[in-house]
Amino acid sequence: MSVMVDIRSVHKSFGSLDVLRGIDLQVRAGEVTVVLGPSGSGKSTLLRTINHLEKVDRGEISVDGALMGYRRSGDRLYELPEREVLRQRTRIGFVFQNFNLFPHLTVLDNVVEAPVSALKRPRKAVVESAHRLLERVGLGDKADAYPRQLSGGQQQRVAIARALALEPRLLLFDEPTSALDPELVGEVLDVIRDLAARGTTMIVVTHEIAFAREVADTVVFMADGRIVEQGPPAEVLGAPREERTRTFLAKVL
Amino acid sequence: MSSDTLAKVPTAPEIPEPADAPRVVPQRRYGQWAAAAVVLALLGFAVNSVLRNEAFQWDVVADYFTSDSILRGLWLTLWLTAVVMVLGFALGTLLAGFRLSANPVLRAVGWGYVWLFRSIPILVQLLLWFNIGALYPQVFGVKTVNLLSPVAVAIVGLTLHEAAYAAEVVRGGILSVDRGQIEAAQALGLSRWRRWWRIVLPQAMRTIVPPAGNMLIGTLKGTSIVSVIAVNDLLFSAQLIYHRTYQVIPLLMVATLWYAVVTSLLGIGQYYVEKHYARGTGNAR
Repeated sequence: MSVMVDIRSVHKSFGSLDVLRGIDLQVRAGEVTVVLGPSGSGKSTLLRTINHLEKVDRGEISVDGALMGYRRSGDRLYELPEREVLRQRTRIGFVFQNFNLFPHLTVLDNVVEAPVSALKRPRKAVVESAHRLLERVGLGDKADAYPRQLSGGQQQRVAIARALALEPRLLLFDEPTSALDPELVGEVLDVIRDLAARGTTMIVVTHEIAFAREVADTVVFMADGRIVEQGPPAEVLGAPREERTRTFLAKVL
Repeated sequence: MSSDTLAKVPTAPEIPEPADAPRVVPQRRYGQWAAAAVVLALLGFAVNSVLRNEAFQWDVVADYFTSDSILRGLWLTLWLTAVVMVLGFALGTLLAGFRLSANPVLRAVGWGYVWLFRSIPILVQLLLWFNIGALYPQVFGVKTVNLLSPVAVAIVGLTLHEAAYAAEVVRGGILSVDRGQIEAAQALGLSRWRRWWRIVLPQAMRTIVPPAGNMLIGTLKGTSIVSVIAVNDLLFSAQLIYHRTYQVIPLLMVATLWYAVVTSLLGIGQYYVEKHYARGTGNAR
């Protein structure tokens, strides 16, 4: 199967803190990759470098064959103008831990905004497909509500619909259930599970080990800015080779 | 309340009260009653003295309240306020952009502007602009005195002053918008302009409107300062009349009442603007 995301020796530091110290990772199209690891291991930063919300210090990231944020010429990478980066981002959906819905827009307008203003699609067609997307995440009746009138789980499902509205080639989830009350986690995971069943390429940073075991094609375990081990969930979660992985799993399970 | 209306409401099964359950008797607040009585008495005394003091000459107030020259002055006050607010906030928004810019030169210039124009009293600034001819007798071959009429001086001076304060208000509003909002808009590929116009500004407005409403009312009354450079505003129109008729107090009352009327209308307008920008927050007052 073709490679959707190709990450090669990516380094990133904030001041003197090295957050990513040489990450190599390939994600195949149609697969679900779940990234696990203790807080501060760099997993969220890695996710944010993929859609260029964070710039890398060294290394390169390609999504669907296109180098993210840069243009290569010889052995140099030249930063792309913002317009180009924004266009690249419309092919990648990003779901935030804190939803980051636009509170002053209705649920429908949240979903409609990007396809209309960034992709210049006709509003009428976008509204129709937005209603279908909301239906799909189980919120068909909430189109006219404002985000704060919804529960956390409902807000996160709207955020997923908003990301899907761009018909992205890749979906990135940054701890999508960490800000939710425990009884609301299930409804969001159900939506992600459904997307996985439809063959959506996804990278999910999460602490939900059971979910990783069930849905992931590949589990990646990160610690201290490096990938410690990766493989099918049965291996990484069932019979981890590395001591770091075993210690982590012993703590969270 | 009668017992039969209560009976219709389904209630929890009755728990028998212990016979000795104590009843609550609220404290009697004699002090509050006394304070209210004293304040009301003083207020009545003040209102009475205003209404009965012949020197206020309320009949003269009524005569001049809608006179042509007063209404012309009111009109100038209103449009001068509007022009100064619009230009002041336009420049202020630009300066707020400077102060939040990644460019250190723009940041320094923005900071310097706010520092300078908040430091100069508006009266001093108006007098400086009024006498600018002494510094620059000619600009591009035109006599400065001809270029800047008193009204133009008023617009320039008040706008520059207003912009310094507006810059801080707008900057505070922008900073109040959660950083995650901008990231979400970036992740969705929204252009810089769209992010600002559709996402950041409407949310910043919630924080901007209350102090901006304050500034609008302040500016409305603040424009009365242009009477010192003989601009025919509401106050100056009243002064022109009382310099002729010596009816100082009634004409000051005319100006005062008009300022109060417009301020009240602006307050009502502010209520609705705030309500508009509180959409989706769940605490629309």
